[in-house]
Amino acid sequence: MDILIQQLFNGLTIGSVYSLVALGLTLVYGILHIPNFAHGALYMLGGYITLSMMTLYGVNYWIAMFVSVIVVGLLGVLLERFVFRLLREAPPLHDKIAAIGILLFLEAFAQFVWGADFHTMTSPYGQVVNFMGLTFTLQRLLIIVSAIAVMVLLYLFLKKTYTGSTIIAMSQSREGASLVGININKVAMLTFMISGGLAAIASSLASPINLVFPGMGHLVILKAFVIIILGGMGSIPGAIVGGYILGFSESLGATYISNDYKDIIAFILLVVILTVKPTGLFAKGER
Amino acid sequence: MIALIIFAFSFPFIAQNDYYLHMLTLSFIWAIAVYGINLLSGYTGYLSLAHAGFFAIGAYSLGLLTVKAGMNFWLALVTACLITCAIGFLIGLIALRTKEHFFAIYTLCVGYIIYLVIDKWEGLTEGVRGLIGIPAPGNIGPIAFDTAASQYYLVLIFLLAVILIVYRIIRSLTGRTYMAIRNSEDLAQTIGISTMKNKLTAFVLSTFFAGLAGALYASFIRFIGPDIGSTAIMFDLLMYLLVGGIGTLSGPLVGTLLLVILSQNLQFLQEYRMLIFGPLLTIIIIFYPRGISGAIFDWQNKRKVNKRSKVRNEIHMKAEEG
Repeated sequence: MDILIQQLFNGLTIGSVYSLVALGLTLVYGILHIPNFAHGALYMLGGYITLSMMTLYGVNYWIAMFVSVIVVGLLGVLLERFVFRLLREAPPLHDKIAAIGILLFLEAFAQFVWGADFHTMTSPYGQVVNFMGLTFTLQRLLIIVSAIAVMVLLYLFLKKTYTGSTIIAMSQSREGASLVGININKVAMLTFMISGGLAAIASSLASPINLVFPGMGHLVILKAFVIIILGGMGSIPGAIVGGYILGFSESLGATYISNDYKDIIAFILLVVILTVKPTGLFAKGER
Repeated sequence: MIALIIFAFSFPFIAQNDYYLHMLTLSFIWAIAVYGINLLSGYTGYLSLAHAGFFAIGAYSLGLLTVKAGMNFWLALVTACLITCAIGFLIGLIALRTKEHFFAIYTLCVGYIIYLVIDKWEGLTEGVRGLIGIPAPGNIGPIAFDTAASQYYLVLIFLLAVILIVYRIIRSLTGRTYMAIRNSEDLAQTIGISTMKNKLTAFVLSTFFAGLAGALYASFIRFIGPDIGSTAIMFDLLMYLLVGGIGTLSGPLVGTLLLVILSQNLQFLQEYRMLIFGPLLTIIIIFYPRGISGAIFDWQNKRKVNKRSKVRNEIHMKAEEG
């Protein structure tokens, strides 16, 4: 029983990270219809920037994370402005390929700057907490709490602010939004900024319990795609729920099935879903 | 065209050392796989990200059949292609029900599953240690393939055959059907084309080429590891295709030769070559969506049109004078 609860807790931790990454991915897809394969590279860069800020400049964990969010967010803006905007009228194949080009570049860049080694990030919250016979590190607790806080903030931003409603408007109809005077280019850049920021938060939170290396975004992004298909491409609640479902199934699968094959679970899940329903679960009709 | 083929055949006599020959043979092998991706992605419009996986299936089938089962090389080559096709058929049957982004993501995940299975299934594939001691191509009667030049010719002949097959396909009604599906699948269906059947044949054919390339690769390098099925290889292949020109006949060959030679000459960059190739890929897709071959094609067409309109103008002028 203890193992089960412990694993559920782990699932909650991993699920929080997945949800954050998938949220950024689904925002960009829902609003701009771009499956951003480079999102994993943004996640990876976020981890590296936080790490460098902490080791090189000795900055506090939270400030380092803040810098990382800003830098990666701005990078997202640049990508929208100089790559994806130029491809807005192109066939859908081209976005994907451009994103892959960016992914390859950013990975080589990280390897060039920081080397191919694995780095560990130390967190100020390494303490172990005992609670009713369960042990967990404070960092894991922090991941869950911060992720949920970020999700709530994002929800409030989208629902309660004017800027947020322009984003929602554009996700519903691009033409309609532009007709009522919404600046589409601005909203597109803002979306990419939020998406990059979410990826940076996710990697900064997750890095202390994982490792930082150039390929760290690979598996995460693949799983994030699984999640947004699971939750319906472009759906925000879907991304959150899907993230937790995957987190739980992975941590339980690792314990009760096989630790070696735990990474395969997500992909088998996707293959099964798309086999049964080729447009993804909870698809909202044609895009 | 003929001059190019003559040059390709005389290359072993011109080349000063085996290194160039080796490099060229390798790029021909990659080109075969890229032709496969082009048939599916370029002509039928379905971006598959699983082809490194099929390449690996072809390579491992040949490797396992010859090393572990001790099968005759040529029989193993045919069987390896058939195995790849069979797996391709099953995956295609399911994958092709999805469209656009879903198809790309689905195949990306399939590719990753193939990679993970090869990597983890140590009992069969030797896992990360890889498979060693794969034999070179066996003799055909009196012809032996023990020198670099003879292997070069073997791969060259396979490549020419592949190009010929692709050429025949895209010039035939089948090829037109593929392009119709690419341009508008709904329309193609409306005018009575069985889209699923056509997509599936395109998919199986393209996995056949990938498997053939993989099998040739295994017998040429004589060693394979799970890395040949990784997403890194997939992105390499995709890059060759895009730089050369997606949906053009010469594109795969142009792109593969150019990029393989370029990256061989940029040896000092090795790990960092993507610093150059990544942005290159993005720029090409923005400004030259049909790659180098496509750009040259468009430029020639434009010149022809200009020339024609010039002649027409002159005729008009003369008519007015007369």
